[in-house]
Amino acid sequence: MLISVMPLTFLGLILGLLLGIASRILKVERSSIVEDIEQLLPGTQCGQCGNPSCAAAAQAVVDGELKATFCPPGGRAVAEAIAIKLGIPLDLNTLCDEGPKVARINEALCIGCTRCFKICPTDAILGSAKHMHVVFADACTACGKCEAVCPTECISLEPVQPTLQTWVWSQPAL
Amino acid sequence: MSDYILLLVSTALVNNVILIKFLGLCPLMGVSTKMDGALGMGLATTFVLSLAAAASWMLENWLLNPMGLQYLRILAFILVIASVVQFTEMLIRKISPPLYQILGIYLPLITTNCAVLGVALLNVQNQHSFIQSLMFGFGSAMGFTLVLVLFAGLRERLAVLQVPELYKGAPIAFIVAGLLSVAFMGFAGLA
Repeated sequence: MLISVMPLTFLGLILGLLLGIASRILKVERSSIVEDIEQLLPGTQCGQCGNPSCAAAAQAVVDGELKATFCPPGGRAVAEAIAIKLGIPLDLNTLCDEGPKVARINEALCIGCTRCFKICPTDAILGSAKHMHVVFADACTACGKCEAVCPTECISLEPVQPTLQTWVWSQPAL
Repeated sequence: MSDYILLLVSTALVNNVILIKFLGLCPLMGVSTKMDGALGMGLATTFVLSLAAAASWMLENWLLNPMGLQYLRILAFILVIASVVQFTEMLIRKISPPLYQILGIYLPLITTNCAVLGVALLNVQNQHSFIQSLMFGFGSAMGFTLVLVLFAGLRERLAVLQVPELYKGAPIAFIVAGLLSVAFMGFAGLA
């Protein structure tokens, strides 16, 4: 037993050590600013900005190819954070952020085709074939992917309703 | 010297690892849709196969045989192959990020490419020397790359042809692979 375990353990240790050294030597340098920007993004790889992933989008915005307002699910908050981080001017007029939204399924029209929960990047939709689907509001980032694939157009993005915890007085109007 | 060249040619063409031995069919179908992806995959597999053949020879003759642990062969070889693949992945990521993007998931999957383990085990079975093992690995990998590139070229042409609805996509690719295999049997006349 021991005679078969020891050589394998030994082999694994040596190979692990070699790989560890190799990973140090062959480390791909990524600028820390790109990683910081990527941390600010939702990380759902929804692709609405036209980039295949949030990492690619972070790289593009650092290179100046995208505006700070490129991220639709991130909305105003993310755009401001990116602009502050990069020190670039921010034009919020181009951003039509209507406040946080959440996807809602119209149960009367849902045919249970499962397309929306297969495409959801945050696993915020629950359902199974030929059964009604439902959205977990806490996990939904309102990226709109489910809205695009729904064959019966029963998914809509609706403003988040204020709860007792989130409701505030509206600003006094002059 | 001529022995080694003969070994190289016979492993690359006559006993082609994909079309005659039917090892490593997954990348043949998976990464043969584009020419540059196929070439990159072929070169990455060449690197892994040669290195794994050499490493597994050393492992077999310096560790497993002297200690009488032949029954651990497959396990130990898989360990070595997985490490070589990891190393290759790091290397490609460093050297060529575009290639890394193209190969994507198929790069770590070289670990499960049965051609790699198959060649290592055949080396042991045929009791090759170190140089012979290296040649056998390299020759197999060359054959692998050749077939992958040939097949990618064929599939690029297939993509623009009018294929009957029934055979579109994977079915026609399998038929073409079968025909290519029949064609490669012609190389048996070389031996």
